[in-house]
Amino acid sequence: MKAFITVIGKDKIGIIHGVTAVLKNYQVNVLDITQTLLQEYFTMIMLVDLAAMTIDFKELKETLEAAGQDLDMSIRIQHEDIFHSMHTI
Amino acid sequence: MINYKNIMETIRMIEKEKLDIRTITMGISLLDCCDSDGEKSRIKIYDKITKSAENLVKIGDEIETEYGIPIINKRISVTPIALVAQSSRDLNFVAYAKILDKAADTVGVNFIGGFSALVQKGCTKGDQALIAAIPEALAATEKVCASINVGCTKSGINMDAVRDLGMIIKKTAELTKDRDSIGCAKLVVFSNAVEDNPFMAGAFHGVGEAECIINVGISGPGVVKSALENMKGQPFDVVAETIKKTAFKITRVGQLVAQEASKRLQVPFGIVDLSLAPTPAIGDSVGRILEEMGLESCGCHGTTAALALLNDAVKKGGIMASSHVGGLSGAFIPVSEDEGMIHAVNIGSLSLDKLEAMTAVCSVGIDMVAVPGDTPAATLSAIIADEAAIGVINNKTTGVRIIPVHGKSLGDTVEFGGLLGHAPIMAVSKFSSDDFISRGGRIPAPVHSFKN
Repeated sequence: MKAFITVIGKDKIGIIHGVTAVLKNYQVNVLDITQTLLQEYFTMIMLVDLAAMTIDFKELKETLEAAGQDLDMSIRIQHEDIFHSMHTI
Repeated sequence: MINYKNIMETIRMIEKEKLDIRTITMGISLLDCCDSDGEKSRIKIYDKITKSAENLVKIGDEIETEYGIPIINKRISVTPIALVAQSSRDLNFVAYAKILDKAADTVGVNFIGGFSALVQKGCTKGDQALIAAIPEALAATEKVCASINVGCTKSGINMDAVRDLGMIIKKTAELTKDRDSIGCAKLVVFSNAVEDNPFMAGAFHGVGEAECIINVGISGPGVVKSALENMKGQPFDVVAETIKKTAFKITRVGQLVAQEASKRLQVPFGIVDLSLAPTPAIGDSVGRILEEMGLESCGCHGTTAALALLNDAVKKGGIMASSHVGGLSGAFIPVSEDEGMIHAVNIGSLSLDKLEAMTAVCSVGIDMVAVPGDTPAATLSAIIADEAAIGVINNKTTGVRIIPVHGKSLGDTVEFGGLLGHAPIMAVSKFSSDDFISRGGRIPAPVHSFKN
């Protein structure tokens, strides 16, 4: 299963590290990253592969949300199919 | 990788515009739960529901977590209970409502629909027993919803049932008077009722349906309104096209959730109902979409045309997005559940008469309307008759969910709480329909040719 992680908030040092540290801990592989900075607002979208994940999805989601709180960013993880189903036929 | 703009659009729809899956409703046939012994029949019903829906809430929550889309309600619809209960020797069907309530509690769903009877052409003994049990059943239970189909295009309108239901609604209001007559919010009187509607209070599992199915109801008025905000001053062609595209995207999510729920529960997928279902929350209103089209306030002249366009465009957009569209599909206009409509009633721009006109083009009918507690039963029956006539003649589903709130009168407001919202009391005609309703009998089925 693949999922998109979206990270949104005010730009600061250590955002990518904060997120990827969690992913590394649980064997989540990053397949692609894109990021934009609009004025002070930082948005990052990561496509990740959860095939080898060592934790269940709900716990990963909660851990990422907790990391988001530490960074003062909003972090979401969603199954890739919700985006594909909405935007592709 | 899917593009950045699309991902952010989906997230914005969910986070800011309140896109959600309104309900995953499991339809369960209870036709094999009949028994001449009512007690045995109810044991079968309880066992079947709790076994079939054992994992419904858990799976719903899992899908919500994985896809990041809120799934607000998990619900159950069952075979109209009149069909099941009338095999028993019981004369009072309230115990059937209680067992449904208990089963709903056990599996953790928030509503169970199907305390119902289909009487469009006439009542059997069991239908009469079920109708008579409605007030007590709705007062004695929390989660049970009732519905009665009193008319259909092919058979006309059963005016005896219409007359009786005016009195049943009054009695239901009386028995739940300590909670602002909330029992009436759990009762819909339909014409042309659909068998696969996942939305409450009118959901039941029709006799033409399979053993067990998954139906999904989507929502998303906020998404449509937001899309129209960028189309100010554009002609209606553009408005319709924008609504269609938005409805398509919303419905795709519904289809995904329905397929996933069906796979995980190992229950066949029934339909996606692509209704715009408002909530009392700001930004989740159908009334505000109509205003976005250029109306000063929902209910002013032009509202019916705006709603007709919206209802049609939602269907057109959604139909291609799902393999099976069904239910009520369109735009709901439940007054107490729609922030924009509540506001429109409060400022005097939306009346019951205008609402009735709107029901000729919306997806259902007069919905969640609070009227004075002293409204005569015959007036309620006459409102039902008017709605049934609109449905029967125009070959569409109509419904009436009206609450004569005990002890309240014009100028008062009633608070139902949660998704049921709050409503100002609306005026009904002060002139009597008594003699009209007391006639009883049937209004014949309409001719299907010479349409004008």
